[in-house]
Amino acid sequence: MTAPIETTGSVAEAPPEAVLAGASSKQIEGRSLGRIAWERLKRDKVALGGGVVVILLLLVGVLAPVLCALVGQDPATFHTDLLDASLGIGTPKGSFGGMSGTHLLGIDPTYGRDIFSRIVYGAQISLIVAFGAAALAVVIGVLLGMAAGFFGGWVDSFLSRTMDVLLAFPQLLFSIALVSVVPTKLFGLSGSGPRILVLIFVIGFFGWPYIGRIVRGQTLSLREREFVEAARSLGAGQLHIMIKELLPNLVAPILVYTTLMIPTNILNEAALSFLGVGVQPPTPSWGQMLSDSVQYYTVDPAYMAIPGLAIFITVLSFNLFGDGLRDALDPKGN
Amino acid sequence: MAGHPRQGAAGQPSAKPTAVLLYIFRRLLNVVVMLLVVATITFGIFFLVPWLQHTDPVLRYVGKNANPVAIAGIKVKLGLDKPIYEQFWLYLKGLVAGRSYSNGPDTTWCPAPCMGISTQTQTPVWGQLTGDFPVTAWLAAGAATIWLVFGVGTGVLSALRKRSVIDRAAMVTALAGVSLPVYFTGLVASALFIYNLGWLPESNPNVSLGSDPGAWLQNMLLPWITLAFLFAATYARLTRATMLDVLGEDYIRTARAKGLGEGTVIGKHAMRATMTPILTVFGMDLGGLLGGAILTENVFNLHGLGYDALNGITKNDLPMIMGVTLFAAFFIVMANLIVDLFYAVVDPRVRLA
Repeated sequence: MTAPIETTGSVAEAPPEAVLAGASSKQIEGRSLGRIAWERLKRDKVALGGGVVVILLLLVGVLAPVLCALVGQDPATFHTDLLDASLGIGTPKGSFGGMSGTHLLGIDPTYGRDIFSRIVYGAQISLIVAFGAAALAVVIGVLLGMAAGFFGGWVDSFLSRTMDVLLAFPQLLFSIALVSVVPTKLFGLSGSGPRILVLIFVIGFFGWPYIGRIVRGQTLSLREREFVEAARSLGAGQLHIMIKELLPNLVAPILVYTTLMIPTNILNEAALSFLGVGVQPPTPSWGQMLSDSVQYYTVDPAYMAIPGLAIFITVLSFNLFGDGLRDALDPKGN
Repeated sequence: MAGHPRQGAAGQPSAKPTAVLLYIFRRLLNVVVMLLVVATITFGIFFLVPWLQHTDPVLRYVGKNANPVAIAGIKVKLGLDKPIYEQFWLYLKGLVAGRSYSNGPDTTWCPAPCMGISTQTQTPVWGQLTGDFPVTAWLAAGAATIWLVFGVGTGVLSALRKRSVIDRAAMVTALAGVSLPVYFTGLVASALFIYNLGWLPESNPNVSLGSDPGAWLQNMLLPWITLAFLFAATYARLTRATMLDVLGEDYIRTARAKGLGEGTVIGKHAMRATMTPILTVFGMDLGGLLGGAILTENVFNLHGLGYDALNGITKNDLPMIMGVTLFAAFFIVMANLIVDLFYAVVDPRVRLA
């Protein structure tokens, strides 16, 4: 259970304990939960490491065009001159899938496209979908979860049943089926735009019941607390209680859950791409590269390793950071 | 949360048998309602699709160049000429009582539970699902055994040797494990053990336990281990965390203070409390897997329910997709029910509400 976050002035201004214990003892300072958490997080080197990698990845995603310009490559140009045609299927010349100073991570078989730029743009797609879906899930989950927990009665029954039904759906199967029937042009968008929107929608839509359940449970226990009763007796309206009293206390679990939901979303996006219903070629995505690599893995194992490791490193760093954040925000922790 | 255990007053007398039966009956009714809702949504979506795509669903069965008279005949036979609510009613009726597809003398009987006729094979979906189910079931059962033993074992060991080298190594491996998707580990494992080292033969979807047990075992080994690795990692983390919580409880201290041996304290007192949440998660995971392990089956070319689903999607076989969805939802809902009943049995505080 999460204690209310107190952000009001510190006790240090008039420390009775310090007076009692004598002037020589250290001053006792009142710390907000946010600050305690930040101090714990700072001590957790593993979580910080994860956080640093997460930030780097976000930069990579945002700066994808800049990074590609820096190395002078793009994800679409065919470098067929660098392919060895002796095996029938063009395999990259040189070791480790053709890694060199110009092609940092080598080139892909058959087409000879620069893998570094494809990974970088793949990161962009992966992160857009993962964050978009997480945002969607959090908005729906928090709204409906709070409504269910706060209002109770038939609202709760209806929303809880809805969540149960959604959780009973075989999600991956349903996502594949839904994504594959949506038209390629949507809301005047073309290219990979519609597909990205659909991926965000599908992953986010099946993600909200999880966070909804957590928020509902927390709201259910919070609404019986004294501070809510106090607010109510002072004449606060329901909306005020939900936004000003309950929501601040839900921030911690929501933050933790969102951080841990993003790696799941990345895995889901990669899974859909792997199964061929993610963003469509030639737009690069990690899952698509991985499924593409299957036919080459006897001749070009590096092509399989690179997107796989990209997924692994991304998911791992989000998990490390999320775990650290959870421990840091846990009021029971020390 | 529907049917989730709520804690009643402590010391409440144990429920009467009639109350238990009533509880089970109500939960079963809940299962039926849930499945009905899933069926309705699936039917709605997948019958909306051809309408959105401006295609006639009958074309999925016969191809675009068939003769119009034949098309009309098949349309009547499959009931696709009827209004959509009637088609839905017939679908539900078929699920419960079976149905016959007929156009004059041309009749096909589809026994209950009839999930429609596959557009690919022109045979009832149910027959195909039950035919492929053993593959998925064996995959899930084998992997579940491995991950329970290794996952829980590692978690308990880690908790008992907290902060030791073993604990740290195990937890690093587990964290890596939960971050590695099956479609990567599976591919790497196949590349390594099948193509590089040649320890295992290339996977063959046509081998079954009955036809050639040896080859079947070789076929299933990598899928089992790959799938189990992912889950074992999750379970090791969960077990460790739960066990550490439990070991901090007062009753464990009391048990130790009474002079009980460490083996009894851990093996009987602590394990019992640790296993309850783990078995809950296990029920859900197994239920989810039985409806088709799409990724694992795809990576290792196993023809189970996940393969049927994916195949149905690529071939636009809507009855097949609906069939697998319903089949999978059934397992998920049943797993929920069994987990709740299990809770009611092991935890006397659960009120049968």
